[in-house]
Amino acid sequence: MKIHEYQAKEILAKYNVAVPNGILVDDAFEAKDAAKKLGTGVVVVKAQIHAGGRGKGGGVKLAKSPEEAEKHAAKILGMTLVTHQTGPEGRLVKKVLVEEGMPIERELYLGIVVDRQTSRVLIMASEEGGMEIEEVAEKTPEKIFKEVIDPVIGVKPYLARKIAFALNLSGDHLKKMVPFIINLYNCFVKEDLDMLEINPLVTTSDGRVLALDAKVNIDDNAMYRHKDTLEFRDLDEEAPLEVEASKFHLNYIKLDGNIACMVNGAGLAMATMDIIKHSGGEPANFLDVGGGANEEMIENGFRILLSDPNVKAIFINIFGGILRCDILARGVVAAAKNLDVKVPIVVRMEGTNMEEGHAILKESGMNFVIGNGMKDGARKVVKAIQ
Amino acid sequence: MSILVDEKTRLIVQGITGREGQFHTEQCMKYGTTVVGGVTPNKGGQTVLDTVPVFNTVKEAAVKTKANATMIFVPPAFAADAILEAADAGIALIICIAEGIPTSDMIEVDKYMKGTDCRLVGPNCPGVISPGKAKIGIMPAHIHLKGNVGIISRSGTLTYEAVGQLTALGIGQSTCVGIGGDPIIGTSFIDALGLFQKDRGTKAICMIGEIGGSAEDEAAYFIKKNVTKPVVGFIAGQTAPPGRRMGHAGAIISGGQGTAAEKMKTMKKCGIKVVKSPADLGKTIQKVL
Repeated sequence: MKIHEYQAKEILAKYNVAVPNGILVDDAFEAKDAAKKLGTGVVVVKAQIHAGGRGKGGGVKLAKSPEEAEKHAAKILGMTLVTHQTGPEGRLVKKVLVEEGMPIERELYLGIVVDRQTSRVLIMASEEGGMEIEEVAEKTPEKIFKEVIDPVIGVKPYLARKIAFALNLSGDHLKKMVPFIINLYNCFVKEDLDMLEINPLVTTSDGRVLALDAKVNIDDNAMYRHKDTLEFRDLDEEAPLEVEASKFHLNYIKLDGNIACMVNGAGLAMATMDIIKHSGGEPANFLDVGGGANEEMIENGFRILLSDPNVKAIFINIFGGILRCDILARGVVAAAKNLDVKVPIVVRMEGTNMEEGHAILKESGMNFVIGNGMKDGARKVVKAIQ
Repeated sequence: MSILVDEKTRLIVQGITGREGQFHTEQCMKYGTTVVGGVTPNKGGQTVLDTVPVFNTVKEAAVKTKANATMIFVPPAFAADAILEAADAGIALIICIAEGIPTSDMIEVDKYMKGTDCRLVGPNCPGVISPGKAKIGIMPAHIHLKGNVGIISRSGTLTYEAVGQLTALGIGQSTCVGIGGDPIIGTSFIDALGLFQKDRGTKAICMIGEIGGSAEDEAAYFIKKNVTKPVVGFIAGQTAPPGRRMGHAGAIISGGQGTAAEKMKTMKKCGIKVVKSPADLGKTIQKVL
């Protein structure tokens, strides 16, 4: 689960990770008040959306007075911010974070991720703060310092010092950085994060180190033990159809094509998208109905697929294991009738109770196209829209 | 021959009294798997499916039944604990079907497992089947055929697809291993490849990967160095958008890493016959046999 910068900083503060003082507002007049209250002269007004690259897109502005903060906030609030991560449609900005300005000396990078190769937590640090870390990794990989963490001992002071020295820190900055890294790691583990990125992590001329920005992903599988952070979910930042699908435990991701697909299992769902493409079509979505789908879930799946106006045909590709083909067929017939589906439906069914499934489709008297195997199904659905 | 699972397998099921646990235990028994017991804390002393004794702890079950394998069907919040309990009891083969285990739990499990002689398969996997011998898992048994192709896969239904194509061509399988779709798993592609290379009953290997991580690349380099049997590969998610988690917790292209194109390129370079279309798996394996 993704959360906003201001929410990430709330979590960090709980673990005594230093963050700038800031006030969240949703109208420009309040931004002026917030700047006054912070009393630092210079403040930064930052758009709160779930995407990086906000600065380049005009969503982060420096203000030298409360009046200027108000002016910037008025411009940013309500704007559709387009960054390299939002896609061309951009995101509507509903809230801005007004933060104290900092006497910044250096901009560093600190990231914590789960490293799949070692099955451990990995800390990455770099002196190249403020840049995209992927870019640094590609062009100058030697500038990224990595440390794999043993889960039994976690991050001890010696290890934090090692990272701090690798970042060329000394004096007050070094002293502050050691607990900063330890606390950050503890936050990562205790809050079940997938990814925690501080970019930039700044050192100031008055001897502090702070998380100027914070990007956090929380492990979806661990949400059950973080009821408090679950409240941070912002449905406005998610695609409406995907939110709708998640209500029915359907795994749906919208894509740009016009052939909708409904599949059981994530791997087969991806492979179905692939074979549509190989057959000359474009998949409209990823949809995994899972192993335990019932008739109701299938009908809801249909409704979600059809809510996408680009959809010109539907390809159902099911390899029945736990999900029986007869159950699926009943769901498909019911959905096609109840929702009065007008677009062609190609069904490819194999596995458990396949004959019963095909008999149900046939007896419905509806015009389903049957695919014999994945390839044939894909070919028929592509042909159906030509 | 086969790997991991066969006639000598003595299986217990953790979470046997649950609806799914019981259903799949019965399916495994029908296929011929020797199920010697089950474990559900606080339900020890009961008998399920007419003949299967239930124990309170894995240790007790292990001592009394001489089990050498376990299949885990407990809710995700308790699954890591169940794996650790099985490893602590010295169960040689631990197959975790459960899906949705927090990554931080699995980091701990992985660390602990490395200090034991036990093998974990999964989590979030369909299990392992050696056709004609035994199955531990949730795969539909009837689509399989006894033979000499080994299958390793991160995905459940996509494995069934490959098996279905092979069986339709009259080509059987030695063992099918579902290694699971999570970022942190027990048995890796490399582990399973090593076992298939050594297995005299396996003549060719089919490897089904997907986007995310670098396990397929590492496996490809391993194959180049250590595997002499022909390997056919497929990567699901050639059309998946970056930054989106495609169902499986591990199926995500992040920071431009883990794309299908990249994996397919490495695999080809290492001598694997890579198919672009999942529909070509069966006949490509037929060609290399």
